Amino acid sequence: MERLDGNAIGGMLFYVFGREMTMARAECGHCGARGPLAECEVYLGGPGVVVRCRVCHNVLMVLVEVREMICVDLGGLGALDLSAGASDQSVS
Amino acid sequence: MAGAAVLGRLTWRVATVTRVVEETPRVRTLELEIPGWSGHIAGQHVDVRLTAEDGYRAERAYSLASAPGEAPVITVERLEDGEVSPYLTQEVRPGDAFEVRGPIGGYFVWRPDDGGPLFLAAGGSGVAPMRAILRQRRNIMSEVRARLLYSSRTIEDVIYRAELDEEEVVHTLTRAQPPGWTGYARRVDADLLRKVAWPAGDVPLAFVCGPTSFVESVAAGLVELGYAPGRVKTERFGATGGR
Amino acid sequence: MSVISRGFRGRRRDAEDNPARVPPGQSVTRDFPVLSAGATPHTPLDQWTFSIENGGLLRKWTWEEFRALPREPVTADIHCVTRWSKLDTTWEGVSIDTLLDQVDHDASFMLAFCDGGYTTNLPLEDVTGGKAWIVYTYEGEPLDPEHGGPARLLVPHLYFWKSAKWVRGLRLLDEDEPGFWETHGYHMYGDPWREQRYSGD
Repeated sequence: MERLDGNAIGGMLFYVFGREMTMARAECGHCGARGPLAECEVYLGGPGVVVRCRVCHNVLMVLVEVREMICVDLGGLGALDLSAGASDQSVS
Repeated sequence: MAGAAVLGRLTWRVATVTRVVEETPRVRTLELEIPGWSGHIAGQHVDVRLTAEDGYRAERAYSLASAPGEAPVITVERLEDGEVSPYLTQEVRPGDAFEVRGPIGGYFVWRPDDGGPLFLAAGGSGVAPMRAILRQRRNIMSEVRARLLYSSRTIEDVIYRAELDEEEVVHTLTRAQPPGWTGYARRVDADLLRKVAWPAGDVPLAFVCGPTSFVESVAAGLVELGYAPGRVKTERFGATGGR
Repeated sequence: MSVISRGFRGRRRDAEDNPARVPPGQSVTRDFPVLSAGATPHTPLDQWTFSIENGGLLRKWTWEEFRALPREPVTADIHCVTRWSKLDTTWEGVSIDTLLDQVDHDASFMLAFCDGGYTTNLPLEDVTGGKAWIVYTYEGEPLDPEHGGPARLLVPHLYFWKSAKWVRGLRLLDEDEPGFWETHGYHMYGDPWREQRYSGD
């Protein structure tokens, strides 16, 4: 399975964060690159989900479903801006 | 985490298949009845969850191919080594049920107020969310210009072919072409994009969906033509076209 | 309460063989699913090395040197934590015993490290005594990069996330330290016969 993007885990992210997250802007803790989660690299790794920076490929987030819970590691993020709109579009 | 906020809109719900349409030898469209469905925005998807009798589960995401206001519809391509797609394309009959969660997505969406002109680029089953966008545009009689660049392996693999004949579509057939074919016959490259995409000066809004390699190549190509990166939306399916 | 989808089975096939070979919660597949935490690395063989470290470098082999080491065929059943099992997989490679015999150490644990940054931890007694290999051939062919080539760790008696792809070396340790998946909720040991999938199982 090739790499996907944040759109593929939109449902899981909504479940974890309680809201739509594909437009949230992630900042890579390693290289500082910023972009919507929808555009981050996503690997459905089998044991879990790995989200990586599109620019430097460092791990941003790891999500693992352990029994009925989802364990989330956000350690690779420098920042996660939940207030971000998508782009120049007038998307509310 | 506010547990209560998670429930409601994004819980798993039962979807019953009301109709199965054979689009191509490998592709089926499933029309769904989902009690409590409150509509969606063009471009959004649902997560589909299948549970076997012994409790084994598999989950995949599928774009909604219907326009807002229409009954929810998904289009599924059978992947050779797939776990969910062979079931959805070969086994499922009207009356069968599975669980769905959605609609999901806030990035890869088009609302009529977003305007255009719209440039849509689809590879294989990536055309599904484009159908939602085009039907939405048609249903509201929008005056926004829209053009779809649609890459398929052969003419037999073109999904929604009759319906798309009503739209402005540029096809490219990458593996084989029918006799007398005068259209494009290669993978989308910079030259093809330059000829087909709206000029960057029109400040278009682009949506690109399909296999990862298709999406990355086309998105990069559009940015190179001068499209604003923030106005090129991408959604990657797996290597062979599903997710 | 989930809805059962009529006729859905996934990729699984019935266990034609002795069901005693299939650990609890697993199903046999004839496929070989490709699952990764990152992009497939492509280290050229003339740059590939395999190292054993313990704080400092103890020993390093180039690809040519590694290929010259005694090798053996391995036939094993493998069990992925995502519930598929594959029986009678065939490999060829170098026993970890052969590698550790070439260094002096008094470690009890190891961390395998790989191209792309993946790691996984194991007790040394689980990779010695003929229980683990660094393999570079699968089904008679050079190991495909998608499946971990040029070389991967193979530890069939534990869940397959321990059989690290694109392995480049072993770090010998005095204490058990969690690797990538172990840090993120998976079991430190991972015995499929005791269904040790997650931390706390």
